[in-house]
Amino acid sequence: MTEYFLIIMSAILVDNFVLSKFLGICPFLGVSKKLETAAGMGGAVIFVMTLASLATAALYQFILAPLGMEYLQTLGFILVIAALVQFVEIVLKKMVPPLYQALGIYLPLITTNCAVLGAALLAVTNEYDVLKSTVYGFAAGVGFTLALVLFSGVREKIEMADVPDSLKGIPAALLAAALVSVSFFGFQGLFA
Amino acid sequence: MKSLDILGAGIIKENPVLRLVLGTCPTLAVTTSAENGLGMGLATLAVLVASNVLISMVRKVIPDKVRIPAYVVIIAGLVTIVQLLIQAYLPALDKALGIFIPLIVVNCIILGRAEMFAAKNTVGASALDGIGMGIGFTLALFAIGSIREFLGAGTWMGINLTADLWPAAAVMILPPGGFLAYGAIIGLLNKVTNQRITATGCATCSMEEACAPAKEASK
Repeated sequence: MTEYFLIIMSAILVDNFVLSKFLGICPFLGVSKKLETAAGMGGAVIFVMTLASLATAALYQFILAPLGMEYLQTLGFILVIAALVQFVEIVLKKMVPPLYQALGIYLPLITTNCAVLGAALLAVTNEYDVLKSTVYGFAAGVGFTLALVLFSGVREKIEMADVPDSLKGIPAALLAAALVSVSFFGFQGLFA
Repeated sequence: MKSLDILGAGIIKENPVLRLVLGTCPTLAVTTSAENGLGMGLATLAVLVASNVLISMVRKVIPDKVRIPAYVVIIAGLVTIVQLLIQAYLPALDKALGIFIPLIVVNCIILGRAEMFAAKNTVGASALDGIGMGIGFTLALFAIGSIREFLGAGTWMGINLTADLWPAAAVMILPPGGFLAYGAIIGLLNKVTNQRITATGCATCSMEEACAPAKEASK
């Protein structure tokens, strides 16, 4: 149990995917202007990342590793993730329309979200089994959402502030992200 | 377009990192030293030129509907080749860049150039575009890496520049320093060139169509 607890806590707080591993910066900057959309994107990412981590870990453990074809992992993982996202989109549209309404517009963006592929690759680097990889994917998604939602709050404040002209937009967002990142840095070494 | 214009666009006017704000993940993650920035830049340059050339060659063969998956497969194959080469010949760099080498696959600069340029232009022009964009990316990463390494460790390319006269601000080579340096550099460039970046460079990204509804919702 402790092991799983450590995986979860470190993926969410200590090694936050966005703020300390720099994975998924594009959506972090792109869809963090409003709290609602940040939460929507976060939900979609948690959902896809959990499924994708499960699928890629299974692919690695049961197909690539036994056949000695580990070098195909990048290619295999990205194809599995792309197919999975398409599949999830179709299934949600047909079976759970309310959920599709909420998450649908964010799904196509997730294919090229490096956090998803990053979680799959890191699970292999950390030598997690299928269950641990899935838990890791879920926790990483939660960490992504936490960072995104917190940051959207910060950005809503920046909108009101009087920022120098040359810093408006992206530079101000990056500088604010630096401060949020410092606060997460406080968790460093917590479970070491 | 003249060849020189194509080549020059990526380096200055449309610099992918500093003007279009593409490929932000590797930009922030690997620029802890000038050397890592340079290594990442060159690895991306190699993949970008090769993918632009290959995709431009097969652009008339691939049906429009499956072009994105086809591009992704081509890019992933090239990334695997580059990754294996780095593992074999530059193991130290492989260790420093870690998963950011395989993550070149999802670097939006590469898919973006495939979709925006290589899919519409001749092989020669696409190669030039890849070289220009790749050099622009490499220079930006090298510059950010140099600044962060100097401020954060007092060195440049591993050479001690401060002679330990003052303590280095270690925060600059830690994650917060990445955001800080990148934001400050873009802000400074905005000030100097009197231009302002308004979007996240979405117009130049291959995912623009998919991204638009999400962006619209966040307004």
